[in-house]
Amino acid sequence: MSRLLIKGARLLGAEGADLLVEDGLIREVGRVDATGVDTTVDADGLVALPGLVDLHVHLREPGREDAETIATGSAAAAAGGFTAVFAMANTSPVTDTAEAAERVLDLGAACGLTQVVPVGAVTKGLEGVELAELGLMARSRARVRVFSDDGKCVHDARIMRRALEYIKPFGGVISQHAQDPRLADASACCHEGEVSGRLGLPGWPGIAEESIVARDVMLARHTGSRVHIAHVSTAASVEVIRWAKAQGIEVTAEVTPHHLALTTDLLTGYDPVYKVNPPLRPAEDVEALRQALVDGTIDAVATDHAPHARHDKEHAFVDAAFGMLGLETALPVVSELLVRPGLLDWAGVARVMSVNPARIGQLAGQGRPLAAGSPANLTLIDPDRAVTVDAATSRSRSRNNPWHGRTFTGAVVTTVHRGRVTHGTDHQLTPSTATENAL
Amino acid sequence: MTRHLISSADLSRQDIEDILATAASMHDLQRREVKKVPTLRGRTVINFFFEDSTRTRSSFEIAGKWMSADTINLSAKGSSTSKGESLRDTAMTIDAMAVDALVIRHNASGACHQVAQWVRASVINAGDGTHEHPTQALLDAYTLRTRLDDLEGKHVVIVGDLTHSRVFRSNVITLKKLGARVTVVAPPTLMPSGIGTWSETDGFATSWDLDAVLTADEPVDAIMMLRVQKERMSGGYFPTAREYTVGYGLTRERLEALVRRNPGVLVLHPGPMNRGLEIAADAADAPQSVVLDQVSAGVAVRMAVLYHLLAGDDAASGPLTGSAATGALPASGALASALTTMEGGALR
Repeated sequence: MSRLLIKGARLLGAEGADLLVEDGLIREVGRVDATGVDTTVDADGLVALPGLVDLHVHLREPGREDAETIATGSAAAAAGGFTAVFAMANTSPVTDTAEAAERVLDLGAACGLTQVVPVGAVTKGLEGVELAELGLMARSRARVRVFSDDGKCVHDARIMRRALEYIKPFGGVISQHAQDPRLADASACCHEGEVSGRLGLPGWPGIAEESIVARDVMLARHTGSRVHIAHVSTAASVEVIRWAKAQGIEVTAEVTPHHLALTTDLLTGYDPVYKVNPPLRPAEDVEALRQALVDGTIDAVATDHAPHARHDKEHAFVDAAFGMLGLETALPVVSELLVRPGLLDWAGVARVMSVNPARIGQLAGQGRPLAAGSPANLTLIDPDRAVTVDAATSRSRSRNNPWHGRTFTGAVVTTVHRGRVTHGTDHQLTPSTATENAL
Repeated sequence: MTRHLISSADLSRQDIEDILATAASMHDLQRREVKKVPTLRGRTVINFFFEDSTRTRSSFEIAGKWMSADTINLSAKGSSTSKGESLRDTAMTIDAMAVDALVIRHNASGACHQVAQWVRASVINAGDGTHEHPTQALLDAYTLRTRLDDLEGKHVVIVGDLTHSRVFRSNVITLKKLGARVTVVAPPTLMPSGIGTWSETDGFATSWDLDAVLTADEPVDAIMMLRVQKERMSGGYFPTAREYTVGYGLTRERLEALVRRNPGVLVLHPGPMNRGLEIAADAADAPQSVVLDQVSAGVAVRMAVLYHLLAGDDAASGPLTGSAATGALPASGALASALTTMEGGALR
């Protein structure tokens, strides 16, 4: 196996050091002699973080390969600095068996661009009625630990309770899409408030999320099990989670880059690119989410990367598909929003985009310290490079990109997954590593 | 004036004045034996209705035909899922036939706004979901102005299912632009979300108590009753029709009390009416009711809208705009010559 030398990277944004990578592991950290090295990456001025981990993506394969495949989604992940992504179960067929989970695992491994980790469904067919084969998925080669009916809420309290109890022997976690379907049904598509009132769009009130979050933290307390709240979107949900953590309840939470940045008023033009579930919220919620991420109430940033074929976004707003792309823009958005204003340092970014999500998802080889012996999963970032998002150049197969035309400062320059460069620009690599780069 | 009419907010006060003045000319036509003018000859107007409608569709159809436009009605099932042809494909297909105007009724809010981004034709919103219905607001304004003259300072009360009403949303915009004071009344469950800040920003009043509004010191010049769809009851918005009527219906007793306090009050309803639910038969047929005037005004107003959007340059640069403000018929320009031609023809 080749020897890769990363020269002069600022580890977690601090001091510069060389990283020698060999056999998929970080061998040496410090000042490394370049002799016998096959490839050198000039990382002068770049920030090195443990490879980013995304707890929440939709790769659409199997079933909607016209929107995304595991290959194109993996390429987008690598370009976004991610060395592991959790692929949600709402594919067709649903990932609700060991076989389905292993298939996703194998397709991801065959691509080799990022670690694709299947999320198992909580209930068969995501129907919320019968438990899926949670134990068999956990025992499979895919070693499923995160279970979610994402896209739908596990709304039946009894099913949720049983699921939380059942996963305890193998240390699983339920990632809950918190949406009471009686308070926000499938047509709900705009934060309920003045904008939804004026636009005449079905409202999606915060209480539909908050009531489920409140119920589920109590179920977690009751069962002593772990619950993870997916894509938290309101200030009141944050309050409940903060309270639950103070009680010692095992709850974790994630927030998406779009809920940290974009607000309800973008829906005024009825452009379905801004249609997402949960919906974009008002500025007060956005502010509370940022604070919660900074103070640790929210553990992780997760993209909810949701590619859609163009025609599925060209229906009337209420009929168009929910979701937006996120893998390639997550780090630039976090850099612009939180790092540059000084709310989060790069060690903080490593915490919310790598260490915590790896811990929540129980990935042993991810989110590890940049130290000798750690698996060589890492991301190099140019904190000063401005990137203007162009939807047309995305590695994703889809184009539903709400960030198109926006400029962010902070760019992923190189991604190393298991010791191999899975994303990087030619000029940084010497000698030419065209074969690896082509990946 | 804009190329499209998507929202009542697209129209300035001057635009509204121009349309209402033109509508007055058009209204005169309706009383003549030969009603057709050649103004839009050779133009194609598609009435594209994704949702059932009798009065709005026939109103637009008659308006187009009296203007001599080739007027074609299309019905389609608005998709309620992401399956089937996309709205964009449907719109582009019709637009590719080089039509001049697309009059669209759709069950989804914002559909007309979206279509307008994609097509070359002028888009006229004939009602989009629970969003807006701008020609309804114009015909209501026309009806009110006919009876009340100037709307400046006049008080209009709108009662009913505001949450799901596109008539309310367009009316509040147009009425405010014409200087009217507006109070909207509904039970809390039928008040749109965010109405508190919204009404503050846009300067209208809200109330849960119809009788308090009708007996307040402020006189009522017109009351507009909105249709309440019976299926709202199953949605739990209110318990029974009977209870709704007691709280929010224009009953005979309420109308009598209202007329005692405001002898000139007008009663409007966009139709179709649920007699006995939001409006008693006695109120619907009372001398104060202008419901049929609204329907009649609908054709004239839609002719005026088609004229202003499609006769484009003539409407913008001709003397119509200037003279319309004074309410006089234009001395020249497309409309004037059309009217002259028509009159000459009728004389022979």
